[in-house]
Amino acid sequence: MSTFILLTITGVGLGAMYFLIASGLSLIYGLMGVLNFAHGSFLTVGAYAAWEASTHVGGGPGTKLVVATLAALAAGGLVAALVELLLIRPLYRRPIEQVLVTVGLALALGALVEAIWGFDARQFPVPSWLIDTTTIFGAHIPNDRFLEIATAAIVLVGLTAFLRYTRYGLIIRAGVENRAMVTALGIDVRKAFTLVFALGGLAAALAGVLSGVYFGTIDPSRGTSLLIFAFIVVVIGGFGSIGGTAVAAVVVGLIQQYANYYASSGLGDLAVVLLLAVVLLLKPEGLSPKVAH
Amino acid sequence: MTRVARLAVPLALMALLALVPQLPLDIPVIFNGPLDSPGTLGLLALCLLFAGVALTYDLLFGFTGLLSFGHALYFALGVYLTTIALTKWEWSLWQAVAVTAIAGILVPLLLGAISLRVGGIAFAMVTLAFAQAGQVLVQKNPDQLTGGEEGLGLNSDPLPDFFVGVLNAKNLYWLALGYAILVFLVVRSAVSSSPGHVWQAIRENERRVEVIGLRPFGFKLIAFVLASFLCTLGGIVWLLVLGTGASPQVTTANFTLTLLVMVVIGGAGTRYGALVGGFLYTLLDQRLGSLAGSSQVQDLPTIIRKPLSEPLFILGTLFILLVFFVPGGLAGLGRRVRLLRRPAGLEGAR
Amino acid sequence: MALIAVDDLHVHLGESHVLQGVSFEVPEGGVTALLGRNGVGKTTTLRAMMGLVPRRGSVSLAGEELNRLPTHAIVRRGVGYVPEDREVFAGLTVEENLRLAERNGSPRYELVYELFPELKTRAGQKAGTLSGGQQQMVAIARALLNDNPVLLVDEPTKGLAPLLVTEVAAALERAAQLATVLLVEQNLAVVARVAQQVVVLDSGRVVHAGGANELLGDPDRIRELLGVHGGAH
Repeated sequence: MSTFILLTITGVGLGAMYFLIASGLSLIYGLMGVLNFAHGSFLTVGAYAAWEASTHVGGGPGTKLVVATLAALAAGGLVAALVELLLIRPLYRRPIEQVLVTVGLALALGALVEAIWGFDARQFPVPSWLIDTTTIFGAHIPNDRFLEIATAAIVLVGLTAFLRYTRYGLIIRAGVENRAMVTALGIDVRKAFTLVFALGGLAAALAGVLSGVYFGTIDPSRGTSLLIFAFIVVVIGGFGSIGGTAVAAVVVGLIQQYANYYASSGLGDLAVVLLLAVVLLLKPEGLSPKVAH
Repeated sequence: MTRVARLAVPLALMALLALVPQLPLDIPVIFNGPLDSPGTLGLLALCLLFAGVALTYDLLFGFTGLLSFGHALYFALGVYLTTIALTKWEWSLWQAVAVTAIAGILVPLLLGAISLRVGGIAFAMVTLAFAQAGQVLVQKNPDQLTGGEEGLGLNSDPLPDFFVGVLNAKNLYWLALGYAILVFLVVRSAVSSSPGHVWQAIRENERRVEVIGLRPFGFKLIAFVLASFLCTLGGIVWLLVLGTGASPQVTTANFTLTLLVMVVIGGAGTRYGALVGGFLYTLLDQRLGSLAGSSQVQDLPTIIRKPLSEPLFILGTLFILLVFFVPGGLAGLGRRVRLLRRPAGLEGAR
Repeated sequence: MALIAVDDLHVHLGESHVLQGVSFEVPEGGVTALLGRNGVGKTTTLRAMMGLVPRRGSVSLAGEELNRLPTHAIVRRGVGYVPEDREVFAGLTVEENLRLAERNGSPRYELVYELFPELKTRAGQKAGTLSGGQQQMVAIARALLNDNPVLLVDEPTKGLAPLLVTEVAAALERAAQLATVLLVEQNLAVVARVAQQVVVLDSGRVVHAGGANELLGDPDRIRELLGVHGGAH
């Protein structure tokens, strides 16, 4: 029983990270029709900015982590906004080229990170209270899981509130449904595009920091390996839907944990990947944006 | 160009390429040693190999319009199945190749039949999913068969002598050249055949193909199986050319993406584009790394030197620039140059 | 003086040359109806004027050339658009649909609620759950919310029951008091009620332009230009 609880909470914790990456991906594809392969790079950039910042700051790991997170957010948001402005916006109405550019960017950014920091894993500043465990019903849960879940919950609430109550949120919700009609109301959607990219970058960077805490280290391939799962989550949860993404993220995290433990190690990853294929084959329209762009 | 002239150019090129191992020609900067040295021949073999593999991807993407993110799976199939057969099961080379070839037809037949039920982005994601499943399977190392993260060394005993050893670099070069020529001829004739015309029609407008009364599914499946089968053969050749064994890097999504980059750089859906793109990309990838170690680059300030020492950074940036300014790839560049030389009157006609 | 001048408008959709040099003028005030059989390019004309499809040629509003502008800029010059098939945002509430359309400081909610009181009662309802007629009201209300000098309206009565058709026609009359309306419509009874001028398209070109009453009083001419049923449902 205690193992089950540990697996469940770990699964939700993983799901929390997937959600953070997937939420940005989902909004970007839902609103802009761009399949952003560089999204994993936003995570990596954020994570390394965090790590780099933490090495220049004194104090205990707690302080380092806070500074690191701020650095990550700044880097992730900035890089994402710049990418949209400089690379994506000029290719408006050329969706294939937009996707290709994100592919090139993913390769180039990944190589850049590797060039600067090398491909060995780096130790991430983790305060000891996050490594400690809390006992729930006999299960010893590492505290970082709670941090991940709490962070994702806050982001989920924040994003939902943003979409529900602000003007840009309204524009984004409408734009996901029918981008052309939004422009036909006199609204310049391109600003919303940059905003959505920046939000995605912020969330991905946050996921990068959390992954550093979860795994204890950070390495250049982290972004790519988590990106695959984010794609799976977005496809299962539905593009442009934050609530759907959250649910799908938790489901994927749980399946991964349960299958890896109860069936055999590595089978969880396989199960999740095959789940993607199954969902796509049964519900291919889940992938088409609501109205053809 | 007359019919004869059209044939003459590729034939001359093939003859020239075949003669390379006999040429003690030195091309500085681009190559480390003279053309007939084992190092250079090995590099050229790799370039020719990927020229062919890129063309197999172009058959899917450039000619039939099927964006697959899982092409690496079939390459990996060729690599891993042959290595396992030779090393773990201790079969002879011909047995291993035959069985791998058959697998290279059956596996894409099955997976393609499933994946092609959907189109567009959904198809791309399903192919990605299957390739990921392959990657996970390799990592999991069932029965210690695949060697997991470390890869699997190749047992070269069953290999015929003429493929093994530094002195036989030229044989491996000719093998790779033969592969590239084979892929070129097969793809060329497939594309100009009547199913080939249907593929290109599907790429343009699938709806219209249905309206004519044809069912695209069957045609797409043929293209898929053919492209995947040729790619599996490429995996076998890669294994022989490198001679070291199977490595999990060929199972990654990144690998498929580099194939996409090769095709786009050269020009998707053109006669020679993918070949040129695959050749150039591989050459740059291999040589840029050595250039970074050269004294001129080492003297550059760190902020320039570090990124330049990563070939993938240069290639990725080059790719982005190409997408922006030359979307048709290098082949498109060629066309644009020809258009510029035309008399002004035709400029408006597009 | 004409408020809107369309000159030599060409649109290619795929391989089809849909608009082959459309030219006409829309005088200021009142309703000009754009008529024609199915498929002649009426909707495409409006979409081209809105910048929603790639086009060649000239579209000017009060002398200002609109052709180089992107859609949102055209709308900001004062063009309200009611598309064929309404295109309300199903996931947003009625109130949100209207709020999205607000462009400046003084949206005309009183006018809109006066014309369509139902929208006020259903303000919190998701637009996707509305009936076709109610969605049409939202679409028209959106365009009327701002004091646009020009309204482009595409088949607002399509698929509506007769009672609703009357309601829409009344709304159009009211709108015509406040703006210049270019109306694509198949229902000749509605055209007769609200329009002063007509422009008729055939095969991507303008084949007739003139007074509404003249054309509508001439059944032979109607049959010639618009077919047996006058293009109506």
